[in-house]
Amino acid sequence: MSLIETRGNRLAAMFLAPTAVVLLLVVAYPFFYNVGMSFTNWNMFHFRDPSFNGLTNYVKLFRETDFWHIFSKTLLWTAVNLVFHVTLGVGAALLLNRKLPGRPLYRALLILPWAMPQYISALTWRGMFNLEYGAVNLWLGKLGLAAVPWLSGEWTAFAAASITNIWLGFPFIMVVTLGGLQSIPEELYEAARIDGAGAVRRFFSITLPSLKPVLMPAIVLGTIWTFNNLNVMWLVTKQGEPADKSHILVTFVYKAAFTYYRYGYAAAFSVFIFLTLFLIVKLYQRTEATEVH
Amino acid sequence: MRRRFFSKAWEHVWVHALVWAFVLFAVYPVLQIVNISLRPGDQLYSTDLGLIPDGASFDAYRIILFEKPFPTWIRNSLIVSLSTALIGVSLASLAGYAFSRFRFKARGVALQGILVTQMFPATMLLLPLYMIMRRLQLVDTMLGVVIAYAATALPFCIWTMKGYYDTIPADLEEAALIDGCSPLKAFLKITLPLSAPALVITGLFSFMTGWSEFIVARVLLPSAELHTLPLGLESLASTYQTEWANYAAGSVLVCIPVVVLFLALSRFLVSGLTLGGVKG
Repeated sequence: MSLIETRGNRLAAMFLAPTAVVLLLVVAYPFFYNVGMSFTNWNMFHFRDPSFNGLTNYVKLFRETDFWHIFSKTLLWTAVNLVFHVTLGVGAALLLNRKLPGRPLYRALLILPWAMPQYISALTWRGMFNLEYGAVNLWLGKLGLAAVPWLSGEWTAFAAASITNIWLGFPFIMVVTLGGLQSIPEELYEAARIDGAGAVRRFFSITLPSLKPVLMPAIVLGTIWTFNNLNVMWLVTKQGEPADKSHILVTFVYKAAFTYYRYGYAAAFSVFIFLTLFLIVKLYQRTEATEVH
Repeated sequence: MRRRFFSKAWEHVWVHALVWAFVLFAVYPVLQIVNISLRPGDQLYSTDLGLIPDGASFDAYRIILFEKPFPTWIRNSLIVSLSTALIGVSLASLAGYAFSRFRFKARGVALQGILVTQMFPATMLLLPLYMIMRRLQLVDTMLGVVIAYAATALPFCIWTMKGYYDTIPADLEEAALIDGCSPLKAFLKITLPLSAPALVITGLFSFMTGWSEFIVARVLLPSAELHTLPLGLESLASTYQTEWANYAAGSVLVCIPVVVLFLALSRFLVSGLTLGGVKG
């Protein structure tokens, strides 16, 4: 036990108290309130007199016609986005880590998507995916390709939302990776070079393993943020167009709660989303832990 | 020798080509907003791909600055975001330190709990939050949203602070304690100043939370005179088609301060963002 610890236990309690108060009041209490709500029939018709209805909402949720479709789509959405975030983010970081003239400028420009408020980016990309006037189709036309009706098909809309989200998410991984790269000692590479290891080999046996401690938490966070990203899917597809086909779990429940006022049902759905995500993160941490041993 | 030279030159070419591909991807949508904001009213639907539209005008900027309640939105957003940043930095710098330096009983559970809060979908807390704020009579007050935003930003900020403190050896504080410093003083005089990069990042993130959020704001700030920038801009986007240029001009104005902040602080961004593991 360190000296600071033996002498400062009261200090630790004092340091944690304000945070604990805020988080208990604004996060923990609403969470349990929501769990309670999920067992009631609270909706438009029972706004003033909700009553306990057991697991009805949970049963209803699994009976939702599109439930498994939306569920798998959310997993796909998370996987696709994360793969691109990591490959583009790490790729950009490797490029910026070279001795490049104008490096600070490039770095600043590549961080731009992260600096923009998400709702502005999402609406801008929505405009760019417009069939006739959107920049994406205009450029496709210039290249002699046919215009894609991005926002009127289920999977083209999915692609449009994914491109938007990949755009705004890769700089985070890039910045985290840049930090990680700077902490790898140059001697490691020197030694590998002397041993005759090529660039690819050096990447896989030095760079990637050294980046793992910084990348793993970033990937976990990225997974959580993407899985629950309400802004992008909701705004790019204009609340789930075409015909409510463009939903991931969180936009679906947002619509249930605030367009259709099915509060109890939405609460149950939210609990389900949370539990799913919780399981996914647990799985991540499990594999990470077993790999270490 | 000559082959070596060519392979070097070739590498130079492809590295730059790749970097520029990234830059184009990152910057193009931003140029698009600028372009739309400069379009005169009769050219909102245009198939022109030029960077600056024909007959570019600053009309939209004039309208948004002088004919809309834009200054009010900016003022509200500044109050909300700066307060959020202040609370976020103070609370996270304290809590992060406790997590980094002390091994108390509920530490592991609390750290996991902080990660878990990130997993709550927005829909989960929104309605209960509204109920609580109504009971506390904080609906339609800035204080209400500031508390909500601070709570949203805190987990990530605590994580960042903890991760950064972990990289600072405790020996420095130990030495100060042996010299007769109190633990509080050791923290304030030694560790805190060394953590400047992480403090900057924490501040930036909390500020951004307040600056760009609109789902919670829409629920907690119904009155127009308390609207923050996102709510104000949203009101422009949802009315008439003709407001597109105004919306774009507003967006550009909203982005400028955060972009400037990000660019000015991008140096700290790389050094300050040490996401420690949850367990460690």
